[in-house]
Amino acid sequence: MIYDIAVVGGGPAGLSAAVQARQRNRTAVIVSGDDRDGPLSKTERVDNYLGIHGVTGPELLERFKTHAEGMGVARVTGRALNIMSLNGTFYIGVGSELVQSRTMVLAPGVVRRAKFPGEAEHMGAGVSYCATCDGMLYRGRDVVVVGRSAEAPEEANYLHGLGCRVTYTAPIRPEELNADIPFIKASKIAVCGEGKVASVKADGQDIPCDGVFILRSTVAPTDLLPALELRDGYIAVDRNMATNIPGVFAAGDCTGQPLQIAKAVGEGQVAGHRAAEYLDREDNKKTNQSK
Amino acid sequence: MATIHFNKEGFEKAITSGGITMVDFWASWCGPCRMLAPVIDDLANKYEGKAVIGKVNVDDEQALAMQYGVMSIPTVIFFKDGKELDRKVGVMPAEAYTAVLDANV
Repeated sequence: MIYDIAVVGGGPAGLSAAVQARQRNRTAVIVSGDDRDGPLSKTERVDNYLGIHGVTGPELLERFKTHAEGMGVARVTGRALNIMSLNGTFYIGVGSELVQSRTMVLAPGVVRRAKFPGEAEHMGAGVSYCATCDGMLYRGRDVVVVGRSAEAPEEANYLHGLGCRVTYTAPIRPEELNADIPFIKASKIAVCGEGKVASVKADGQDIPCDGVFILRSTVAPTDLLPALELRDGYIAVDRNMATNIPGVFAAGDCTGQPLQIAKAVGEGQVAGHRAAEYLDREDNKKTNQSK
Repeated sequence: MATIHFNKEGFEKAITSGGITMVDFWASWCGPCRMLAPVIDDLANKYEGKAVIGKVNVDDEQALAMQYGVMSIPTVIFFKDGKELDRKVGVMPAEAYTAVLDANV
């Protein structure tokens, strides 16, 4: 199905946008990775959200999620890998799934991490962001998984199950990681090789491999939509939370400071509302054309 | 003309046939590949008679994927006279493909 509004990000801004879309009787889907990667899940106590205070971050998030679910917001779990717009429809690639929508709200939070040295140069030449997509191409070969998200260990286990020879590197060994997968504790990563990936340097230690899966919790919005305009490193939006791309709105931490729940919820509400109005206008145009 | 689904023989015949051939390496388990499918089909229609546009399912043709160093899908490779002209890795807007096609038809 083609949703009216697809929201990238399942934090306060994204959930608020989706709830507002449903309030306006529009269909909405949230594309989001594991909640454990979001900052609210790591917040011990929230004291500055109007009317709901003295709660833990996970408690508040659960209330937000229950509200959205109750309103009929759909959910697709996984990383949005890329977005393409074709004839008024947005196509969002999420692992093996494809989500389609007429408008988008970007609410992925702050994606601060810069690329690793050698990463951009080896894209398509051994660097991959999708274990589901590319795992089969590395069966029987050496791969390194750079774990930077809560789902990364599961994806490493999946690659291991396919028959890839996996080495996992992260600052801490995750509990979920298959015991048969060798682990290298490291935080500084570089991708090396002439033309194609030959090894990964993890804190200076060279791990020879044919491929490296770099699994972060979110893909940077400008990698998803290269035409997206930024201002001071954040997504540039107007008072309607509209970006420079027609039909694409943004809300929450990705639009700038203050990085607070109330601000995210407010912006999400505006984005959801304006996205619904955008659709009303598009629908009117179609009706007028057919008259 | 619909997009051609190549096996190894068909693929080798197409890329050595003289004109420009554009091949999309894909698989059904890959969301981004499915995203690209309508773009490829559209180009196959637009360039009918000018270029050969087809797809290789890497699930069925693993040897071909290996042989051409396909390490991430979707990967689109352009061939002329059996030689690789250019390749585009990942999902790109249609213009990225038409630019290569237009320069070589």
